[in-house]
Order: sequence, then C-alpha cells, then structure tokens
Amino acid sequence: MSQHSHQNNHQEDHHHHHHKETFITKYIFSQDHKMISKQYLITGLFMGIIGIGMSLLFRIQLAWPEKPFWIFKVMLGKWAEDGVMDPNAYLSLITIHGTIMVFFVLTAGLSGTFSNLLIPLQIGARDMASGFLNMVSYWLFFVSSVIMISSLFVEAGPASAGWTIYPPLSALPQAIPGSGMGMTLWLLSMAVFIASSLLAALNYVVTIINLRTKGMSMSRLPLTIWAFFVTAIIGIVSFPVLLSAALLLLMDRSFGTSFFLSDIFIQGEVLHYQGGSPVLYEHLFWFLGHPEVYIVILPALGITSEVIATNSRKPIFGYRAMIASLLAIAFLSTIVWGHHMFISGMNPFLGSVFTFTTLLIAIPSAVKAFNYISTLWKGNLQFNPAMLFSIGLVSTFISGGLTGIILGDSTLDINVHDTYFVVAHFHLVMGISALYGLFAGVYHWFPKMFGRMMNKTLGYVHFWITVVSAYLIFYPMHFIGMAGLPRRYYTNTAFPYFDDLADINVFISIFALIGGLAQLIFLYNFIHSIFYGKRTVQNPWRSNTLEWTAPIKHYHGNWLGKIPHVHRWAYDYSNPQHEQDFVPQDMPLKEEEKDLHH
Amino acid sequence: MTVFLILTALILLSIAVWQVTKIFELSQSKPVNTQIANHKDNDIQGKLLLAFLIFLYLLTIYSFWAYNDVLLPESASEHGKEYDRLMWITYLIIFFVQIVTQALLHYFSYRFRGNKPEKKASFLAENDRLEFWWTVIPVVVLAGIILYGLYTWTEIMTVEENEDALVVELYAQQFNWKARYAGQDGQLGEANVRFLQDFGGLNLVGIDATDPNGMDDVVVTELHLPVNREVIFKMRSQDVLHSAYMPHFRAQMNTVPGMITEFAYTPTITTSEMRQNPQIISKIEKINKLREARSKDLVASGDFPLDPYEFDFLLLCNKICGASHYNMQMKIIVETAEEFENWLDQQPTFAQTIE
Repeated sequence: MSQHSHQNNHQEDHHHHHHKETFITKYIFSQDHKMISKQYLITGLFMGIIGIGMSLLFRIQLAWPEKPFWIFKVMLGKWAEDGVMDPNAYLSLITIHGTIMVFFVLTAGLSGTFSNLLIPLQIGARDMASGFLNMVSYWLFFVSSVIMISSLFVEAGPASAGWTIYPPLSALPQAIPGSGMGMTLWLLSMAVFIASSLLAALNYVVTIINLRTKGMSMSRLPLTIWAFFVTAIIGIVSFPVLLSAALLLLMDRSFGTSFFLSDIFIQGEVLHYQGGSPVLYEHLFWFLGHPEVYIVILPALGITSEVIATNSRKPIFGYRAMIASLLAIAFLSTIVWGHHMFISGMNPFLGSVFTFTTLLIAIPSAVKAFNYISTLWKGNLQFNPAMLFSIGLVSTFISGGLTGIILGDSTLDINVHDTYFVVAHFHLVMGISALYGLFAGVYHWFPKMFGRMMNKTLGYVHFWITVVSAYLIFYPMHFIGMAGLPRRYYTNTAFPYFDDLADINVFISIFALIGGLAQLIFLYNFIHSIFYGKRTVQNPWRSNTLEWTAPIKHYHGNWLGKIPHVHRWAYDYSNPQHEQDFVPQDMPLKEEEKDLHH
Repeated sequence: MTVFLILTALILLSIAVWQVTKIFELSQSKPVNTQIANHKDNDIQGKLLLAFLIFLYLLTIYSFWAYNDVLLPESASEHGKEYDRLMWITYLIIFFVQIVTQALLHYFSYRFRGNKPEKKASFLAENDRLEFWWTVIPVVVLAGIILYGLYTWTEIMTVEENEDALVVELYAQQFNWKARYAGQDGQLGEANVRFLQDFGGLNLVGIDATDPNGMDDVVVTELHLPVNREVIFKMRSQDVLHSAYMPHFRAQMNTVPGMITEFAYTPTITTSEMRQNPQIISKIEKINKLREARSKDLVASGDFPLDPYEFDFLLLCNKICGASHYNMQMKIIVETAEEFENWLDQQPTFAQTIE
C-alpha cells in the first residue's frame, strides 16, 4: 500500500495547469485518454459499418444465390459483372467481415474504447501511465485500419482465405487471387494492429497496477477494471504468437521458406516447398485465435457487471467469485486452442487433452452467468437501454455458450465442424454478446464521454429490433448446420440435397437485413445526441464508481482538484445503512460500517 | 377592412389560446424527459422481457417442429450410432439448462422491474453455499460429458490396420476428389506430387511408378464402399487444405498437403437402403417439389429444367479452398460386398491407365 500512496501523492501534488492546446493536440494527436477513447469508438463504429455492411451483401447472395442485384454492382464493381456476385468476391467479403468484426470492432472498438475511458477514471488516475504510448497505440490502430481498407481496392482483390487465413491457400496467389497483394496488405495491417494492441495492453496493465488512487485496493476495483486488466494480460501473452505466425507466413510467401508448406502441386507446377506443415500455422494462429474470443468477450462481461449492478440497485452477486472466474477463464483460455483443430490431422490424443481443458471453461462461464442472474434477484431493476443490452448479453452468452459444449467435445465436433452450427455458435456467444456489451457501454457511458444523454426511446426501439432479429438469424442457423451445411460456400445450389434449406436461408437473410439496418437507429441516436442530446446531470445512473465524480466537462487530468480517495468497494447499492440506494466509492465509511466492510 | 379586422381577431385569438394552453401545460408538474428510465419504462420493458422469454420458447418449439425434417437422417456408419447417442444426451442437457436459465433471467427481469417508487432492492452481496453448488453441479455434469466424449473419441479415432479392413486413399485437389483403391495386392503404392506430371498427366494422384505395389492401384472419381466392412481412409491433398466431410457417416478429416491424415468407419446402410428411409423419402419429395417449381420458371425463361433429384451419400469439401470450394464434391455409393467387387474389377488399374 505504501507505494500506492507515494504514487498518488506525487499525482496529487501535480498542479493542474491547462496547457495551451491546439486543435491538433486536442482532437488529433491527443494524449488524453478520454479523447483517445472517443477516437477508438468512432473508428470502431466506422469499421463496424463496413463489417456489418459486408455481411448484408453476402447474406443477400446466400438467400438469392447467383441473382443479379443493383447493390452488388454499385458496391462490388468489377467483382459483380452484370450485378451477379463473383465467388472470389464472396470469399473476400466473409474474410474481411470476420477480420474487421473480430479485431477492428470488437477488440479495438470495444476494449480500446472502454479500457481507455474507464481505467483512469474508475481507478482514480489523472491519465494512463503513458499518454504518449496511448496516443501511439491509437494511431497504429488507425494506420492498420487504413491499410486493411486500402486492401479492398487492390487489383486482384482483398484477402479471401477466410479470417483464419490458413496456408497454403493464403500463401499461394495461384490458389486464390486474394492471396496476392490483398493478403500482403492483410498481414501488414495485422502486424501493425498487433503492435497497437500490445502497446495499449502494456499501458493498461501498468496503469492499473501503479496508478490506483488511495484506498483503491485490487479487492475494491470495479469488475470492469478487472475485466480490462485480465484482457490486457491475455493479449500480451497471445498476440505476439500471431505476430510470429504472420511473419513466418510472410517469409513463406515472399522469401521462399517452407514453414507451413510442403509437397505442393498447383497449376501444373510442383513447388519447391519441403517439410513445412500447415498444422503448425494452425497451432500458432489459434494460440492467439482462441484467447482472442476472450479478449473480445471479457470487456463486454466487465461492462455488463457494472451496468447490471448499477441498474439492479444491488451489489454484483459474488464479487470474489466473479474475479476468480475471470482469472480461471483467462488461464484456461490459453490452453484450449486445439479445439479448433480436432480434425486437422493433429494427434487424436492431443484432441482428448483439449476437450478436457475446453469443457472446463464452461465452469467459470456458468458461475458468471449464475451470478448475473442472482444479481437481478430481489433487485429494483432500472431498464435503461444499457441494462437491456446487458440482459441481452447474458441471454446470448448462455444460448451461444451452451452449444460450445457440443463443439468443445472432440467427438461431437467431427460432424458439425465448419458447418453453420459453428457460425451460429460463435456469433451468439462472442459476436452478438460482445456487440451487446459495446452497445451497453455506449449507452451507459455516453454521458461521461459526450456530456449528453442518448435518447432512451430510440434506444428501446434499437434494442428490441436487434435482439429479436439476432435470435431469428442465429437460432435457425444451428439447424442448417445440423443438417450438414458447410460454411463458406458461395452458394448451396451445387448440392440439390440442401435445396430444402433455401427457405431457411431466405428467412435468415431477411432478419439479417432488418437487424443490420436497425443499427442505423443507433447511429442516428449516437450522432444526433453528440450534438443535440439532453445535457447530462453529474451522475445520471446514480452510480458508485469514481468516473461520475469527475466533472462533466472534460479536463486533461480528469479531476480539477485532488483525486478522490476510495473508502469502499464499488457495489454498495441499497446498503441498508444508508439513506440513498447508492454510496459512491469516495464516501468515507460510517462508524458502524467499519468492522464489516470490504 | 372587415376582413382584415376578422383575420387579426382570429390570429390574436389563436395566440391567446396557444398562450393559455402553454400556461396550463407549464402549471402541470409534468416530469421532464431526463432520458433516464422511469417507473413506467421499467414496467413496460420488464413485461416485454417476459414476453421475450415466451418468444424464445416458441422459437425453440417452432424450430424443432419446422426444421426437424431437414436434419441428418440416422447415421449410416457404425460409430455414428454412438455419436448420435452422445449428441442427443448432450442436447438434452443443454436444452434443460437453456430453458431453466433463460426462464430465471427473464422472469427475474420481469418480477423485479422497478415499476413503483416504493420498491427497494435487497442488499445481497454473496452466498458461498450457492457459489459452491453452482460450481460443483456443472463440474459433475461436465465430468460425465467429458468422460463419455473421450471414450467415444478414442473409439472412433483409434485406427488399427487389419486384414479385413479396406484401405482407400482420398485425394483432394482444387476442386475435385479422387479415390485410390489398393488393388489385388492390398497395398497402396508410394505416391508424391512430384510424379503428377509423369505419363503426360495420366498419373492423376502421383503414384510412384517404380513402386510395384502401385501398379494395380485403381484411381476413380466416384467413391464406392462395401457395406459392413471397415474402411480406412488415408487422405492426401496436392495443393491447399481441404476437408473430407461425409455427414451421413458422421465422419470428417482435413486433408493436408505434405502429410497423410486418417479416418476410419464402417458403413452400415447401403445407398439403396437409405433411399427407402422414410425421412429421406419425405425430404427428397420436398426437394423435388421445390425443383419442379424452379424448373417451371427456368423453362419459362428459355432455360433447361432441373433434373429430379435422387438421394446419394455425399463427400463435401469443408475447408475453404478457393473459388469453387462450394462445388467440390464426390458421390459415395455404399453397396453389397459383391456389387463392390464387381465394380472394382471393371475399373482400370494404374498399369492399364499409363500403358
């Protein structure tokens, strides 16, 4: 504790002048975590529009295969001569959709936004440990977004080997046009992205360990911060492995090495590669790829913990169990990657081990779900849009998580692997859930970010259209997967056996279009509220955490006076010893509270 | 002038009415819209969440009712029966959990909605006994699933070479499949992509012509399997990753350039028997009705009509492999041992092909 107080004294002594800020230092190359968080959010939303837009295009193709559409002609140009989508364009769309949604929207857009906004504000720090590194990590993310988007415009098309970019397909331009320049840019973009993530994650960890205000012990941290902390550690452990996979692939592609390639004959030619193995790539990729789904979902769960507790007017149920399950998930997440590879040709014994570790993850996940449900019990639930999205998250996290028990079981995976069952599973459990986490976060912290409120009626409309369509999209999708329909097929018409699934695909696509377009309501609400939203009060959700003690107007340094000290945990909601149903963390303990308090 | 006076009077009157209404409105203590949920919002949203639970249940019931006939029919392989049993047990468990947890989540949301000003939440922070039980119960249930799953997995994946088994090589390339049978000697000859260009392209799977075991090998583009005999698949790919997916046999394995992967199963139902399966009959009827309807449109626009569809077992590529990934398939025919031997005898051997 002594070192904390030392740190904090130093911080508090720091007089807060207002440096002269120019437009450029304030809005562009800002080192203020609040501005950087807005930059992440807006870049993430922009990428989200592209990613979701792409999914609508290929859902149209899947529902009405090989039919001409005006929109294809407009959006795809030469990839849709006469308005009919080209098979390579389809593969590019699914590849870039996956890449953008997983990395650019749900990693940078979600974790980048809220880690940046909340870590300093909720732990009581003036800013991140290194404002400069923080700025660099945003701009690296920006550069990688620009590279990824520019790859859409290269002659032979963007990467199209699936977001997992398994070699040899991703290594050989002869195998698919997207593996030319498009793939080079993809790898480059991801390398920059990884650098950005690592810098950001290091900054988060250092900030959380060193810059907590007086009294903010680890056992008083809000669960949001715990989630960001654990997420950052997972990122630091696993992202470098993806970087090495990308570099080795780059070398196979450009310098003739054979890390992942061997015995290949393509387009009438025997290639010189000898002794490499694509299975090695799969191991390296999933060593990040699997933890990545936790990098995506844990911040969303952290946001949910905060939003559900606040809006239930109750302490989060099982605070310590929530932390323990977070740590268990983080640990297990790094030793389960092989469940993506049960039928990759990997030794079946290894498959057994990965089945064991994978199914273990269900335990901490179940604990979290039960804790959320118990938090609602005997609460006084305030259904703000953020709360609705958090409940929606718990619902899809359960629905999607349960089918994970099937996919994590090596035996059962055999017949549903790479079918639409998998697509339905991961979209519910990490895609939709994390997206709900993002929405919950935006609705909840919008007043903190922009000083104004979002319109709640539009929020309700947005929520209901989104949740109903999400279930109507992904529920039936499990069934076409169980029917044996493989994913990543440009059309299913080559197999008359699947003709009876065509109606279901139309159904799914219609709700994909409705659900996708409903996001425009959110966008309108978001942009309109930035400028014309109702001005917020200091603490609109009557929340305990420290960010609501900072002034509504943003100052670089967060608090104008001294940083508040913390005297209690973040979840004193409806504490019977207090008149109000919330007790901010900086309120000193009453005499009678002192013995029994956290 | 009178018109002007009347107009002015009307305008002034309107303004007066407007002003009076405004005063009346302002005198009412109407709550300002703070954009924070109030009791009325909580009441409505809580009820909607309960309605959503009913929607979820109805969706589940409807899906099982409407989509039951698109699901895969009974397994056509021996281990598949074990696979299906494990699948249904797992389904029962997860459906039970799904129904209960969604009910709790949405019912609590409805029951404890903050719809009245006097409502207060209870200060319940934790309960170690509850945490203990909802940790232990998943542990026990998952332990059961894990043990059962691992037992089945080991059974399925332990491939032992034996005299009775038929060894077949599955050979993948962009965008087709080939199969190679060992011929009279029961031994597959050595093969490598280096030999693909020998014999002017007739060496379809790259058999090493110096290996005598390979000369009587048979390479075909339609997979024939004898019923009730174990088949050991040795899988190769010449270019990129592919995956040999045979859903009716609950079988799948990736084909990886540079290595040989294996999967084995015993087919138990012949193609002609499967065509008599009531589920398949009704599925095929439905498919053919759809195809007839499509054919009418096609003929009307001057195209050829679609052929009626007849059921066959499928081998599909299930690992993204390029532009025509969606159409990389091979027909599988399961037949009696006798029919199989007759068919195999009629196929040219490698020696005959390269003569």
